Amino acid sequence: MTTVVLLGVTGLGLGALYFLMASGLSLTYGLLRVLNFAHGVFLTAGAYTAWLIATRIGGPDGVRDAAAVAGAIVVGGILAAAVELALIRPLYRRHIEQVLATVGVALALGALAEGIFGADARPVPVPAWMRGVTPVLGAAVPNSRFVTIAAALLVLVGLGAFLRFTRWGLVVRAGVENRELVRALGIDVQRAFTLVFTLGGVAAALGGALSDGYFGTVDPQRGTAMLIYAFIVVVIGGLGSIVGSAAAAVLVGLLQQFANYYGSVWWGFPSAGDLAIVLLLIVVLLVRPRGLAGGPG
Amino acid sequence: MTALLEVRGLRVALGGSRILDDVSFTVPEGGVTALLGRNGAGKTTTLRAILGLVPRSGQVVLAGQDVGRLAAHEVVRRGIGYVPENRDVFSGLTVAENLRLAERMPQPRYGLVYELFPELRDRAGQRGGTLSGGQQQMVAIARALLNPNRILLVDEPTKGLAPMVVRRVIEVLAEVARNVTVLLVEQNLEAARGLARHAIVLDHGTTAYAGPFAALAGDAERIHRHLGVALAPADP
Amino acid sequence: MTRGRVLAGLAVALAAVPFVPARIPGIFPAPLNAPGTLQLLALCLVFGAVALSYDLLFGYTGLLSFGHALFFSAGAYAVTIALSRWQWPLVPALALAAAVGLVLPLALGAVALRVRGIAFAMVTLAFAQAGSILVYSNPGGLTGGEEGLGLVVDRLPAQLIGVANTRYLYWIALAYLIVACLAAWGAVASRPGRIWPAIRENELRVEVLGAHTYPFKLLSFVVGCGLAAIGGVVYVLLVGGASPSITTAALSLALLVMVVLGGAGSLWGAVLGGALYEYLDFRLVALAGSSGIHALPAWLSVPLGEPLFILGIFFILLVLFFPGGIAAVPGRYRMARAAAPDGRRVPGASSAP
Repeated sequence: MTTVVLLGVTGLGLGALYFLMASGLSLTYGLLRVLNFAHGVFLTAGAYTAWLIATRIGGPDGVRDAAAVAGAIVVGGILAAAVELALIRPLYRRHIEQVLATVGVALALGALAEGIFGADARPVPVPAWMRGVTPVLGAAVPNSRFVTIAAALLVLVGLGAFLRFTRWGLVVRAGVENRELVRALGIDVQRAFTLVFTLGGVAAALGGALSDGYFGTVDPQRGTAMLIYAFIVVVIGGLGSIVGSAAAAVLVGLLQQFANYYGSVWWGFPSAGDLAIVLLLIVVLLVRPRGLAGGPG
Repeated sequence: MTALLEVRGLRVALGGSRILDDVSFTVPEGGVTALLGRNGAGKTTTLRAILGLVPRSGQVVLAGQDVGRLAAHEVVRRGIGYVPENRDVFSGLTVAENLRLAERMPQPRYGLVYELFPELRDRAGQRGGTLSGGQQQMVAIARALLNPNRILLVDEPTKGLAPMVVRRVIEVLAEVARNVTVLLVEQNLEAARGLARHAIVLDHGTTAYAGPFAALAGDAERIHRHLGVALAPADP
Repeated sequence: MTRGRVLAGLAVALAAVPFVPARIPGIFPAPLNAPGTLQLLALCLVFGAVALSYDLLFGYTGLLSFGHALFFSAGAYAVTIALSRWQWPLVPALALAAAVGLVLPLALGAVALRVRGIAFAMVTLAFAQAGSILVYSNPGGLTGGEEGLGLVVDRLPAQLIGVANTRYLYWIALAYLIVACLAAWGAVASRPGRIWPAIRENELRVEVLGAHTYPFKLLSFVVGCGLAAIGGVVYVLLVGGASPSITTAALSLALLVMVVLGGAGSLWGAVLGGALYEYLDFRLVALAGSSGIHALPAWLSVPLGEPLFILGIFFILLVLFFPGGIAAVPGRYRMARAAAPDGRRVPGASSAP
């Protein structure tokens, strides 16, 4: 029983990290029709910024961690905005080239991270309370899991509120459906593009900062490794749908954890979960090419 | 009679084929000008080219200003209201949100809109995708009326609507046309005849006629040649 | 001089390289016919052909697949497993790889092509990822997991073993490239092949005209992926084994870069793009480790010390300013010469909004 609880919460925690990446990817694809391969780099940038700040500045734990997260978010946002303005905008309407440009960014910045920080994982000073555990139904659950889940919920609610209650959120929702009509109503859709791209970068960077605490280490490959699962979450959940991504993230996180664990215990196959998710994606795509939420195909 | 909108040498090529090849016409200020032509003659493309939604070459002059180099949203902000073909509304947004999106000025003219279309106020919370065709058409027209536009580009507003609704739409357009210029694309000649003072006919991607509607209506041979239909004689 | 003659001459010239002791300073560190140079050239030929096979799918038919590495590595692992784990003789092992190269794309393509666009791209990515996971998990000890699988040489003919015999491997690579080119050009000139560009341009229109695009796409998929599988076999012979890095999305993306570099849709461009990429990959690694780079100040030496960084930047510039790749260069040159003398644009160009 305790195993199930532990796996469940860990799966939700992992799903939370996936959601933080997937939310931005989903909106970006829904509005810009661009599969952003550079998204993993935003996560990595957030992870290293948080690590740099946490290891460099002194002071009480709480302040240091808040600064680390804040710094990560700022860096992620700026990086995303820069990519959008310098690469995506000039290639307006040339979707394949936009995707290719993001591939180039992923290559270059990924290599840069390795060059600067080295290819190996480095330990992260995780605050004591995050390292602690909380008993849940008899299982000792690391607090870092709860933090990531809470953060993901916050982002989910925040994005939802943004989309429902603000003018730019309205523009984004309309643009995901029909961006040409939005232009025909006199709205500069390009600004919405930059906004969405930046928000995506912020969320991914937040995920990166939190992943430092979740895994206890920072490494340059994490963004790329997680990117493929974030893509899967986005596609299963329906491109352009935040709620769909949230549901898919929960599904994928739980499935991966449980299947990896039981696959290892029963068959000596610790990657059973990874494989299961990939197969799930294939099934979903064949049955419902638009994903669970039925967003724009 | 001043020209509100002038188009000179408009050319549009899409996917390798020339859709518009040297289209030139003038839309006088005031009243309704009908843009006619067969299916595929390029009427919708002309509207989209004026707005800048498709790549085009040639000149588009609105109230004396060349808007040919501007981005679509800037062209629209110069005072163009667009009522697209097929009543494009955002199906995921409510009626109120559809309208709110179209607001460009600090004082949108909801009074006017709700006077013409009271049901939109009642259905403010209803999602666009669940509206009937006629109701969607109303939303599409209302969007264009919210702002004090100088010209409305209206694309086949009566297509696929029940006769009663068609009558209503024509009434609304006639009412609206008293205060704003309308460029109306229509296949339904009867509907156009009731409204339009001037007519422009497109054929084979170029302007085949430009002049008073009445003169065109009386020229059965011409109508048949360019539009492929016949127009019933007007009621005495 | 017809094109056929030019190409035949080129093939003869390439075949003659192992007899040419010339040095090309700056391009190759050793003389042309040295084993190290021949090895590099052979790899360039192989990847030129694999890039060509990918261009058939992506550039020519418009099928954006993110899983091409799967078929390349399937051929590689099939022949390696057969030779090293199961102790098969050479010919049956090659036959197995050929069979895999035919059956796998047929089976996977039949499934993946039921959807289009981004969904198709994602399904291919998922298949490739599944393959990669399977290889890394080393089921039954077959694939060697993370460490890969070395090629056991007892079953290979003597001419293919040993550094001194690199020339024979080079000629095999050249033969593979020639076969791939003939297959590709033959395919696009064939009746079904002529539908492919139409599908790329506007699939809807082709269907409206009454043709089911599915069988044509499947044919393109099988030909392209099958050629890649053969490339995997030649690759394994060249490098002496299969390693799991060839199953990753990184290789699929590299193939994408190769094709874009050469000019998507231009077949000869893809061959050039693949060969050039492979060469740059090799040289950049050497450059990055060189003393010249290390001597630079840190803010330069760190990024320039990472070959992928240089490649990534180069790729971005390519996409921004040379979207047509190498293949577009002759056309641009011609257009530049046709422009008015004072540099005015050629009339008739449309203005974008």
